[in-house]
Amino acid sequence: MSENKLTGAEIVIKALKDQGVDVIFGYPGGAVLPIYDALFKQNDLRHILVRHEQAAVHAAEGYARSTGKVGAVLVTSGPGATNAVTGLTDALMDSIPIVCLTGQVPTHLIGNDAFQEADTTGITRPCTKHNYLVKDVNNLARTMHEGFYVARSGRPGPVVIDIPKDVQFAEGTYVPPGEVKHKTYRPQVKPDLSLVEQAVELIANAKRPIFYTGGGVINSGPMASKLLTQFVRMTGYPCTNTLMGLGAYPASDRQFLGMLGMHGTYEANLAMHGCDVMINIGARFDDRVTGKLSAFSPDSKKIHVDIDPSSINKNVRVDIPIVGDCAHVLEDMIRIWKARQKRPDQVALKQWWAQIEEWRGRDCLRYVKTDPIIKPQYALERLRELTRKHDTYITTEVGQHQMWAAQFIPFEEPNRWMTSGGLGTMGYGLPAAIGTQIAHPDSLVVDISGEASFMMNMQEMATAVQYNLPVKILILNNQYMGMVRQWQELLHGSRYSQSYSEALPDFVKLAEAFGGVGLRATKVSEVDDVLNQMIDIRRPVIVDMCVDQKENCFPMIPGGRAHNEILLGPADQMGEETRAGEATPEEGMVLV
Amino acid sequence: METTIEKHTISVLVDNEPGVLARVIGLFSGRGYNIESLTVAEVDAEQKVSRITIVTSGTRMIIEQIKNQLDRLVPVHRVRDLTDEGPHIERELALIKVAGTGDRRIESLRIADIFKARVVDATLSSFVFEMTGSAAELDDFIGLMRQLGLVDVSRTGVAAISKGAASL
Repeated sequence: MSENKLTGAEIVIKALKDQGVDVIFGYPGGAVLPIYDALFKQNDLRHILVRHEQAAVHAAEGYARSTGKVGAVLVTSGPGATNAVTGLTDALMDSIPIVCLTGQVPTHLIGNDAFQEADTTGITRPCTKHNYLVKDVNNLARTMHEGFYVARSGRPGPVVIDIPKDVQFAEGTYVPPGEVKHKTYRPQVKPDLSLVEQAVELIANAKRPIFYTGGGVINSGPMASKLLTQFVRMTGYPCTNTLMGLGAYPASDRQFLGMLGMHGTYEANLAMHGCDVMINIGARFDDRVTGKLSAFSPDSKKIHVDIDPSSINKNVRVDIPIVGDCAHVLEDMIRIWKARQKRPDQVALKQWWAQIEEWRGRDCLRYVKTDPIIKPQYALERLRELTRKHDTYITTEVGQHQMWAAQFIPFEEPNRWMTSGGLGTMGYGLPAAIGTQIAHPDSLVVDISGEASFMMNMQEMATAVQYNLPVKILILNNQYMGMVRQWQELLHGSRYSQSYSEALPDFVKLAEAFGGVGLRATKVSEVDDVLNQMIDIRRPVIVDMCVDQKENCFPMIPGGRAHNEILLGPADQMGEETRAGEATPEEGMVLV
Repeated sequence: METTIEKHTISVLVDNEPGVLARVIGLFSGRGYNIESLTVAEVDAEQKVSRITIVTSGTRMIIEQIKNQLDRLVPVHRVRDLTDEGPHIERELALIKVAGTGDRRIESLRIADIFKARVVDATLSSFVFEMTGSAAELDDFIGLMRQLGLVDVSRTGVAAISKGAASL
């Protein structure tokens, strides 16, 4: 090898290290063998071998979300890349910074239908923030650094870098990160101050305000959560978080109303509906949050802070649009608030809080406790109590258990909660837990799961066992795809088409077959003991928590309905709820 | 919710790199936006910059979305809404083949003269006309030719530029 020249594979490794990557999640194959060979020859960069490429991306997402760093993935061409597509789409929808390296057939074979060839950049174009095909080894280092810059800047997202095998073998020049500057991509992080000033005036003069904050606050970094908490407390206003935003504001605080949206709390949704000033920070008016758009918070002036201009006025027209990074905007808001010595209208605020407390008094998360049948909510309440003193990270799969987790597990700080929000990817939780555990080896990482979701990526138990990762998989096993069953019950005349989990494995034996530990609870009296064992065992554990098969997740705003048409559960004695199916308008039925 | 459909001409400067047009087109198809016409060519060989002109239609909210979504693409340098930003010129070029003999052939030539379309190919039984103008003028000419033996049309789509001294 000539001097100062590296092979493409070596350039990849060097660039990863220079970008601060210490772990990469991947799966080898023919088109990435040179990179795997270069990995073999060094010890700084750790490779975690997953069992399916989708899981590699989810694991990197878990790593990224729990650390705030960029997650790195390495997969082969063709099926390796296509398997990664679900993970990439998930990361795009939830704005998670990922750099995914894919092998490609040698450049002279591209377009030839070669073995394990797929048009990776074509396939991943709509499911990445940006992607690259590197055809010249001398562009490789620059592209790697640019890819990391794009993934983490502005609204974060996944980036694919497709590297043909001949480029991995070829020799080229390495350039360090400092010398690489993107030609044009400069997202706006500092807001237009005049708009922030207008926003502060509107906030200060509000009578019925609410902070509605989302994943943008988490993505902005821990400082944004601190500033948010500071600002919300300065104002004395109520605050609700989206599913993605949980942890940005401490759940134990009286000003916190819980999550909002389809399965959000009664008080959060009614406060959103009835507010006169809505302060949206880093949320995107997602359809799970807004419900029926034409009836969404009809009487409010809306402030929207977002780093992505295309999120503004996409679904909901706002009065004060502020493009910028949440931490920057919050800092400016606090500074201007202090400088102008703002003090909210205390009389109005007192009335507003009285109204909110009345809503909160409905105790919307109440459920009918049973014995010996375990209610899923009860299992999570016990998990909450028994993990209180632990350094805990929670991941979830997708479905009822996910919504119950969001309702019943409180988060006091950001980066503790990893869930698939936008895409709603079943099978996300276990690999995400693995990625989280890799980043936080001594912490307690629990994947709150359903039996159906778990089986979508259960092969990753082998990864957990291989790397001795003590992840805990808490399966709330109701033998149904619970959310599908719930919708079928409420909207399709209880015709449970294909939603029963037939032929389930014995999860205890399954855990043992993988070399982990299996535990089971079938009655209330066993719950604490099983959860305590789960927490204490320093090995991968699957808990088969056999819960009530027919429990539904409430509150619920059915599709096509407004926030104030929220349905409460059977434990609520007020008796004014209607069944979702009876009153769901036709246009609501087509919504998902 | 406003429902008035507006037609806008949008100019986009992009890096002339592989896949950039696919990104723009994919954005429109993936999000369900309309493309009435789209033209693209490199305008700065040294900087490798191409200019895309898109004519699209939608509600005001959709048009704003389209511009923001375009601006969000990493290789996009600049997005300008010529319709919003004031006076601009729009031109389209078409090649129009008309076949026929006798009176119809003579009539097509007379009309071409009125529309200032140029004959760029002639045989004893056909003409190819080249015409430049607004999309509406081309529509009018092609409509008349349809009755006189139109056999083929090739149109470039709209190219547009703002009036006055300012650059994009």
